[in-house]
Amino acid sequence: MTRTFLSRNPSVLWFLLALALFTLAITLMSEAYGSALVSTSFVKTLGKTLCLCLVALAMDLVWGYAGILSLGHMAFFALGGYMIGMWLMYARTEGIVVAALANEVLPATAEEIRQGIASQIFGVVGASELPPIWAFAHSLPLQLMLVVAVPGVLALVFGWLAFRSRVTGVYLSILTQAMTLAAALYLFQNDSGLRGNNGLSGLQNLPGLDQIPQADLSIWFFWASAAALALVYVGLAWIVSGKFGSVIRAIRDDEQRVRFLGYSVEGYKLFVFTLTAVIAAIAGALYYPQAGIINPAELAPIASIYLAVWVAIGGRGRLYGAVIGAAFVSLLSSWFTGGRAPSVNLGVYTVNWVDWWQILLGLSFVLVTLFAPKGIGGLFDLVQGLRHPNRHGTALGPDDGALMEKEAVE
Amino acid sequence: MRATFAALLAAMFLLLPMAAQAQTAADILAENRDLVEKSSRQTIGPVIAALTASGDPQALTLLAAWADRGLGLRKSDGAFFLIAPDPDGYALKSPDGTEAGTAARSEIVELRPNAGVRGLIATALVEFQLSDPDRRQREAALVSVARDPSAAHLVPLRASIPAESDPALKAQKQRLERLLTLRFDADSAARVAAIQSFAGDLGLDLRGALNPLLATTYSVGTGTLPDGANVARTLRPGSDLTMDEAYALLVAADLAPARLSRTELKAALAANIVDGAVAGIPLTQLDTPQARDRAYDALEAAGAVPAAATDAEVVAAVAAHRFHAIHAEPDPAVTTAATEVLEGIELKLAAMQATDLALDALSLASIYFLAAIGLAITFGVMRVINMAHGEFIMLGAYTGYVVQLYISNYTLSILIALPLAFAVTFAAGVVMERLVIRHLYKRPLETLLATFGISIALQQLAKNIFGTQARPLTAPSWLDGALVFNDIVGISYIRIAIFVLALAFLGFFLWLMKRTRLGLEVRAVTQNPTMAASMGINPDRINMLTFGLGSGIAGIAGVAIGLFAKVTSELGSDYIVQSFMTVVVGGVGNIWGALAGALMIGTLQKGIEWLNPSNTLAAQTYMILFIILFIQFRPRGIIALKGRAAGD
Repeated sequence: MTRTFLSRNPSVLWFLLALALFTLAITLMSEAYGSALVSTSFVKTLGKTLCLCLVALAMDLVWGYAGILSLGHMAFFALGGYMIGMWLMYARTEGIVVAALANEVLPATAEEIRQGIASQIFGVVGASELPPIWAFAHSLPLQLMLVVAVPGVLALVFGWLAFRSRVTGVYLSILTQAMTLAAALYLFQNDSGLRGNNGLSGLQNLPGLDQIPQADLSIWFFWASAAALALVYVGLAWIVSGKFGSVIRAIRDDEQRVRFLGYSVEGYKLFVFTLTAVIAAIAGALYYPQAGIINPAELAPIASIYLAVWVAIGGRGRLYGAVIGAAFVSLLSSWFTGGRAPSVNLGVYTVNWVDWWQILLGLSFVLVTLFAPKGIGGLFDLVQGLRHPNRHGTALGPDDGALMEKEAVE
Repeated sequence: MRATFAALLAAMFLLLPMAAQAQTAADILAENRDLVEKSSRQTIGPVIAALTASGDPQALTLLAAWADRGLGLRKSDGAFFLIAPDPDGYALKSPDGTEAGTAARSEIVELRPNAGVRGLIATALVEFQLSDPDRRQREAALVSVARDPSAAHLVPLRASIPAESDPALKAQKQRLERLLTLRFDADSAARVAAIQSFAGDLGLDLRGALNPLLATTYSVGTGTLPDGANVARTLRPGSDLTMDEAYALLVAADLAPARLSRTELKAALAANIVDGAVAGIPLTQLDTPQARDRAYDALEAAGAVPAAATDAEVVAAVAAHRFHAIHAEPDPAVTTAATEVLEGIELKLAAMQATDLALDALSLASIYFLAAIGLAITFGVMRVINMAHGEFIMLGAYTGYVVQLYISNYTLSILIALPLAFAVTFAAGVVMERLVIRHLYKRPLETLLATFGISIALQQLAKNIFGTQARPLTAPSWLDGALVFNDIVGISYIRIAIFVLALAFLGFFLWLMKRTRLGLEVRAVTQNPTMAASMGINPDRINMLTFGLGSGIAGIAGVAIGLFAKVTSELGSDYIVQSFMTVVVGGVGNIWGALAGALMIGTLQKGIEWLNPSNTLAAQTYMILFIILFIQFRPRGIIALKGRAAGD
């Protein structure tokens, strides 16, 4: 028991080393600080990918460790983006409105400025009043607080309602999917106060930093995303390596038994659910300024299912698996759908990857689920020569969701 | 408008003696050549009335031709002809109907009456058409009168009723006559009687006729009301209308000066800048409304700007005036009767609307039930979560579309498509069960993910094959139209067909599970596979068949849904979340649960839409929120399994 956290978890060091090297390499190849081998837009893509890795970490904790297959975490991700987007849009519009009103003879009143901002932002949906939910949008610290608070409280309330009535397994998955669908449909309305299906746009321009080129901004966001990923990774690795981690893994494998041992299963689940929602929100708040635009389609149930796909392909139940899965699948996906993948000519039919990538992804997902439940992360076990005894066991617990003995890694 | 009709009526009476002389239509035209040639709305009335009153059967032809640019004037002698385009120019007919040879295009002036004149002619024509021997003409005339009723129609309509031979048309005419009477009759008692004769009637046309009678305008005054004003109610500023609205009425009636808007205030201040200050207040300080008001007050005191109404003055001005809502209809007896009849209708109307809403909800529920019944089998009975269920629905719909490509008879193609869709999706379900789901029975969460992978692959495959645009799946013509009970309650035949289909499936499912060997074995395998196997049942085969059955029903649901929704590759994913919620809300493992869930979700969605009709998105949001809350109180659904079958 005297071994340190790091010596018990060598993968953390390896991960941090890889991330640091990757960040350094991209910085040295970027347009802003290096040889300009990598375009600004690709730096943005990489930065966004790091944010997706971050939310995949959250998904891994809630699904891979605690066994709650949430199909709603991208809702928290998008909500975080909306919260930061409100400030970005408000502050930038404020700058424009103040500049426009400065040309008038009389100095502008605060009321006039507010009116100008409201009509600028909400002109597209035919409103000219700032909705009450924009009350904090003028202040960065307050809005940053909301980035954490809004998804956190939503997850807390939803989780409390769901867990206290013992909704588990696929029921919970469907319920979380319904939640994200409800949120998306709500935001699609024009009078939701968040510009309906127009969403928030122009988020890539930081207020007050107009003179700084996007090349610099993109690399700053890349660093911020990498730093957040590293911090959260270490934090989560510390959490799951302790007693807390043992309890949530036990909940995953047999919830009933943990409850009988005297643990407050609902409390643990609620904590994990809320914590991961907050992590997802922070990832979203870093992601959308790089993407530049956010709209309610980002909350569509399919986005959250893809999140589960990444984690499953990467290998759930291990943190680096989630990161690898998210990075691998999302980069591959943008390579295929971006039209850069060469078409395959089969003589009678030309396989155009833009059309066929989804099919490939869907089928490979089925194959991974069937034949490699450990995902890409399972490859590391081969490298390390880790072999699990070939036990033809029964399920570890009476619940249908429990892992088979031969799957249990830890 | 009204003036024109009055003039028209007056002209008709004035010209009646002329009709007695039995002038022919041709003579009338010739007499009034100048008026006809340069026809205008103001002057042509008497001529049309004379034609109408002439009793000459040819007048109808002439009027119709005139409105339709079929009347011409020969330049050489100014004679009228009925003209029709011809290779040589125009084929001519003289006004009495005899052939008159042809004429070159240049010899004839084609008369082109303007829209106003055409309208007058149409009104006059209606009179003829109402008594036309051809039933269709009379029906068309009734429709045109009902669409655009006017006082001028009342007399000819009444005149045409006694001679009407068709009982249905006669009833229509009598109803229309009463509708016109209540609006246009000169006699107040007749109008009241007509209104009261409609008590309890639900027709849209009645409400269309009564509502204009009750239209009100606002009137402002200090003292007494104008003579003959039919006051609907007295308005109190502050409760019936806001202070701002009241003051705006005063301003509109020129009884008070307009209030100074913020923009005007700003412009006034900007116009009075002296040395970087307004009335001694430096410009830099004018960035609050209070400072601006102070500056304006100072300017007002110095006489540089006109006085603007202050808040106190506004309150005083509003208090000094009285506000009334005045009926546009001057006769109080008529408005009172109309109000009473409308109030009487309203209660009945509400009941009818509730019925209509219930029908809507029922049809939505049967759609959800159809979409969910396959899931109730795969998810409910087998506990296998199939995210590709929506894609099976889509597959069924596309099967229907492909069948229609080859078989153009819609009835036949639907009859073929239904079993074929079942066969296609049954096969797809069996293949999926054998290849994928069989290996995941112990890992339900992973079934969810694997079937989701299949779902996105199938969706993209459909997109690659059929493209992204929506494909039509046309219902046979005998399903077109709707079963209409009255103007409010109606339901389209397609929805009835879907309802019947849903009932049929409910019956089929119950029969299959309770009355057949297969159903017995399915229930046995569901309860205890090991024990069932030891009794000689092959669980693998049963699972495969059950899954195929659930998928097959999804295919048939797809054909049904495709009939009223466009067939796209996203058809299935639009229904999948609702379908799952139907099953979860209703209670897993029980067909009655799925039925109850579908009814609840359908009613709920329609109910919320009714409360907030402008916003169906919000309705869905609130419905989902409600379901999330509902699960709190009945986590196992409306109809929960008990005991050992519940699985925990």
